[in-house]
Amino acid sequence: MYIYNQYDQQLVDERVAQYRGQTERYLAGEISDEQFLPLRLQNGLYIQRLAPMLRVAIPYGTFNSQQMRKLAHISRHYDKGYGHFSTRQNIQLNWPQLEEVPDILAELAEVQMHAIQTSGNCIRNTTTDQFAGAAADELEDPRPYCEIVRKWSTFHPEFAFLPRKFKIAFCASKADRAAIQMHDIGIEVVHNASGETGFRILVGGGLGRTPVIGTEIIEFLPKQHLITYLEAILRVYNQLGRRDNKYKARIKILVRAMGIDAFRDKVEQQWALLKDGPSTLTEEEFERSKSYFHSPEYIDVDDSDADLKLQQQALQDPGFGNWLKRNVDAHQAPGYAIVTLSLKTTGYAPGDISDVQMEAVADMAEQFSFGEIRASHQQNLVLAHVRKEQLFALWEQAKTFGFATPNINYLTDMICCPGGDFCALANAKSLPVADAIQRKFDDIDYMYDLGEIDLNISGCMNACGHHHIGHIGILGVDKKGKEFYQISLGGSQDRDASLGKILGPSFSQAEVPDVIEKILNTYISLRIDGESFLDTYRRAGLAPYKESVYAK
Amino acid sequence: MPSKIIKDGVIVDDQWLLLPQDTTDIPEGPIIVPLSLWESKKDILAGREALGVWLDSDEPPEHIASALENFDLVAINFPVFVDGRGFSYGRDLREKYHYQGEVRAIGEFIRDQLFFLQRCGFNAYALSGAELESALDTFKDFSDSYQAAIDQPEPYFRRH
Repeated sequence: MYIYNQYDQQLVDERVAQYRGQTERYLAGEISDEQFLPLRLQNGLYIQRLAPMLRVAIPYGTFNSQQMRKLAHISRHYDKGYGHFSTRQNIQLNWPQLEEVPDILAELAEVQMHAIQTSGNCIRNTTTDQFAGAAADELEDPRPYCEIVRKWSTFHPEFAFLPRKFKIAFCASKADRAAIQMHDIGIEVVHNASGETGFRILVGGGLGRTPVIGTEIIEFLPKQHLITYLEAILRVYNQLGRRDNKYKARIKILVRAMGIDAFRDKVEQQWALLKDGPSTLTEEEFERSKSYFHSPEYIDVDDSDADLKLQQQALQDPGFGNWLKRNVDAHQAPGYAIVTLSLKTTGYAPGDISDVQMEAVADMAEQFSFGEIRASHQQNLVLAHVRKEQLFALWEQAKTFGFATPNINYLTDMICCPGGDFCALANAKSLPVADAIQRKFDDIDYMYDLGEIDLNISGCMNACGHHHIGHIGILGVDKKGKEFYQISLGGSQDRDASLGKILGPSFSQAEVPDVIEKILNTYISLRIDGESFLDTYRRAGLAPYKESVYAK
Repeated sequence: MPSKIIKDGVIVDDQWLLLPQDTTDIPEGPIIVPLSLWESKKDILAGREALGVWLDSDEPPEHIASALENFDLVAINFPVFVDGRGFSYGRDLREKYHYQGEVRAIGEFIRDQLFFLQRCGFNAYALSGAELESALDTFKDFSDSYQAAIDQPEPYFRRH
């Protein structure tokens, strides 16, 4: 993973000092609330319903055991002993004191972490595939490019006060695990016919109030032009994006209003001024960035022997078999596997993790996966390089600490924002809805019979819980001061991305689990030969679901 | 009485008179005229000693691109400090139009933005409501930067 040099460290330390000064001036009354707001937001500090919330960056979702232990320490010392992994591969602390945030940042800086640009109308943390550098279906590791973008976007002087927040995601594999079509800029690493690396770039995707799937702006951008091209897009957006209405300020609205061709023309005009200039990336810079992401030192393992042994273990212990099938993915190195640690255990808020669990993950990562950890946008954790022969031992530890729920990509592995319990923006609570659904569908055989289902819950239109792209989406809405839930079907975040369609009138919180049950029963009655939930919906349409749910 | 501004890293007396948007009378002395006045009174204003123009946040520098030799100073207004269009205008003035004169930030920007403004080609700051002496410190918030910009045309990766 990326390790700071002296200069990276200096910049982060200087940011801590800068923010400490800003906090002191605010507390002394020298900065108004209005002025302090974007300053603290650019450093990940929100003021929430009950307390401030601090969002700590995990660049492109990769971090290590030492950093995880620091997060455990911070959550214990400055917070209430837990954290929450978000859909942006970041971690949020729900109860820090505003006065103590500079000290927290100083502690984070000790382990090469920060909260820079985790919020505010600026370029946010670049995200990518949680299996990057390990996935069997990967063309290249996207993280060296993410790191190049991280540097470019950090304290970018021109783009710190954009019309609205700006999110960039990379993917480099057959399956799009980073939902790049749902980002302001989505970047796919591709090779041309001569085998040269370049980028296919999508622009104007996003969720929120007006969900839009990104549109291709360039099919193949040779890799050396990455930064100049991004800069051109951002400069056009910064000048032309709407600033009169925050709900129409994202780049998706601009691209749609101008049309992709006119937008592309503007970008090309800007790019002509920057192209081949000093920001053009050099081969040395690519090599330098790649040198931080070399594969770990794998041990030579006979893959078929390892598989055979796993099969035997799975037969002897069906619990292990379930877990192996759902929470373990194919690795690019023979004899290795990718393990997802589920943070979706019934009784706990999706994505939440205690200080003790954080330390347990740090230990497991050191013991089984070269001390490296990933956070996924589905709010789970990943140990990316585990020897197959150690899977059983890892599973037993994961069980002890509550990470072994064998549900990855199944119904109870839902994405869920913190909702009205914490968030000042939310219209409705989301956590009790998630909890009620997990409790109702706790029968594991029933869940497996349903096959893979993405169920995503957002507490408001801002769509932090990605409800638009859930196969089943649940959105909290406010109706005359009461909390209701609107349900949509047919969303997808993969390559065949689609936005869910609203089923009909919304429901009370108490009704939601039964409605979900009716939807699932309708699916079961409609499906043909093991057809997935999504495929069945796409074939049969919304009507049969509507009928069964709203039948008198 | 002249007010104080920050220019080229030091606090100086400001000799310039900033004319508001609806001005019709043109006074003597160094003046900074709104774009609309420049456009309507070009004939009178062109060739005048000590002339500046100011752009609002919805008036990109392309409006004056062909007339830049008339201006000793281009000021860019920040109607609210979170309106970041001016940062791009500063860069356009320097990079796209190669303007060499003074580029001044005016309006509601705040001292915490000085470091970024400087990087985007501004060299003068009519900063209101702040202690200028302590504001000077913020230019030193960061010792270096990753990206190429006006103050440092080479990105970090080409220099290290």
